[in-house]
Amino acid sequence: MADALRWQLGTVTEIHQETPRAKTFTIALPLWTAHHAGQHYDIRLTAPDGYQTQRSYSIASEPERQGLVELTVERIDDGEVSPYLHDVVQPKDQIELRGPIGGYFVWDVGLGGPLLLVGGGSGVVPLMAMIRHRVAAGSSIQTRLLYSVRSPDDVLYADELQMLQDHREGVDVIYTYTRQAPGGWTGYRRRIDRAMLKEITSQMEAGLRPYVCGPTLLVEAAANNLVELGIPADRIRTERFGPTGT
Amino acid sequence: MGEPFVSRGFFGRRRQPEQAGRIPPGQYLVDDWPVLSAGPTPRIRLDQWRFTIEGLVRQPVSWSWEEFLKLPSKTYVVDISCVTKWTKLDMKWQGVSVDTLLQAVALDSRAAFITASSYGGYTTNLAIPDLVNDQAFIAYQEGEKPLTPEHGGPARLVVPHLYFWKSAKWIQGFRLEEREQLGFWETLGYHRRGDPWKEERYSGD
Ligand SMILES: Cc1cc2nc3c(=O)[nH]c(=O)nc-3n(C[C@H](O)[C@H](O)[C@H](O)COP(=O)(O)OP(=O)(O)OC[C@H]3O[C@@H](n4cnc5c(N)ncnc54)[C@H](O)[C@@H]3O)c2cc1C
Repeated sequence: MADALRWQLGTVTEIHQETPRAKTFTIALPLWTAHHAGQHYDIRLTAPDGYQTQRSYSIASEPERQGLVELTVERIDDGEVSPYLHDVVQPKDQIELRGPIGGYFVWDVGLGGPLLLVGGGSGVVPLMAMIRHRVAAGSSIQTRLLYSVRSPDDVLYADELQMLQDHREGVDVIYTYTRQAPGGWTGYRRRIDRAMLKEITSQMEAGLRPYVCGPTLLVEAAANNLVELGIPADRIRTERFGPTGT
Repeated sequence: MGEPFVSRGFFGRRRQPEQAGRIPPGQYLVDDWPVLSAGPTPRIRLDQWRFTIEGLVRQPVSWSWEEFLKLPSKTYVVDISCVTKWTKLDMKWQGVSVDTLLQAVALDSRAAFITASSYGGYTTNLAIPDLVNDQAFIAYQEGEKPLTPEHGGPARLVVPHLYFWKSAKWIQGFRLEEREQLGFWETLGYHRRGDPWKEERYSGD
């Protein structure tokens, strides 16, 4: 990010309903530059009277997909920006944005692994970019995603994650359902805790690189427990979205 | 650019007029207090806590927690803006003015910048004129309660007129420098000063 980050007008080329509450926007960018998985873009909305507001959205797509970014936005019902993106924006609309931004919560295959991704809510978006980048780069780094969701309806990228599991390419996805699990579910049904992280990390190779992203309480619980399980604090990278207390 | 861009069908949430002049460009108002940090929250025992001023000073000075609490403190009511776009108005803090702390050391005349460093390894760079004249303080209470670890407790620097990443959580010390040493986020492309009213978010802004 040595040069100034310039605002540009992207064009929405596709909108995909991921879950009842989340949509993915594919945006073609005239000034596309390759990002690092984990980075985000800032979106700026402008009203006719000049009023502006900005929000950050993580890049869901991998840097190998050139000329565009995918952003997955969860609808916050009383929000200012996410309901606009959900209810008003259509394909062919223009959106002003700049990026890629962020230099710490990032992962490239060059950094190595094994990769432990822990996410909840829309916090899984930057983690998905890491997984997609790993797959696109043809890497075999051991990768595990621990994904905390309220119910099966809330799982982002469910089909793609299922396919990755089926292909057995070294990407494991472990769900924990905090409100309602699918019928016949025998896996985790609670918030992320130390016992869960211990089970998951004990089957992983040494030198773990954890990335934790989601609401504050999830990030606090996961990061503190990983420290207490003996993972050096300076290897654990976190990003917190959303309000406190959820 | 010709016509200024307008986002089709966007009108925005209108602010209460008395608040409008207090919210920097691109920011939005929050009532809660979001937490942001790059890694796990360090837990610091009060009997091991120290705050140290070193670098271009005649004699480094260091306070234990007990000594720090005996320094004259003040109540500050200030507005805070985070580069992640939220602004929170009228946050009430209790803490020690940076002026009080710098009076305890004899500054070398070459000292022009401060590197603030934290337990956990975080650093941020500040110019001395941004810290003095009661513009900045080290807080140990917020809303009349001890500062929680997630929000930077036991004590954090607060520099209300700059983006909140300058307000280093878990503060451990100041190092006086002749030249500016870019800190953690500043090295990663964030602005070296970070004035929200000028929207100094990223380097080059
Ligand atoms: C680095 C970064 C990356 C981000 N990446 C993504 C992403 O990939 N996808 C995504 O959907 N969001 C992401 N966010 C959050 C996003 O920037 C907005 O905060 C979010 O879309 C809400 O904006 P809004 O204008 O709709 O709501 P606002 O008008 O800002 O808020 C309305 C109310 O909702 C609350 N609120 C805000 N965020 C949340 C939340 N996540 N859950 C529940 N309540 C909330 C607010 O406290 C407020 O009370 C990211 C944030 C950051 C800082």
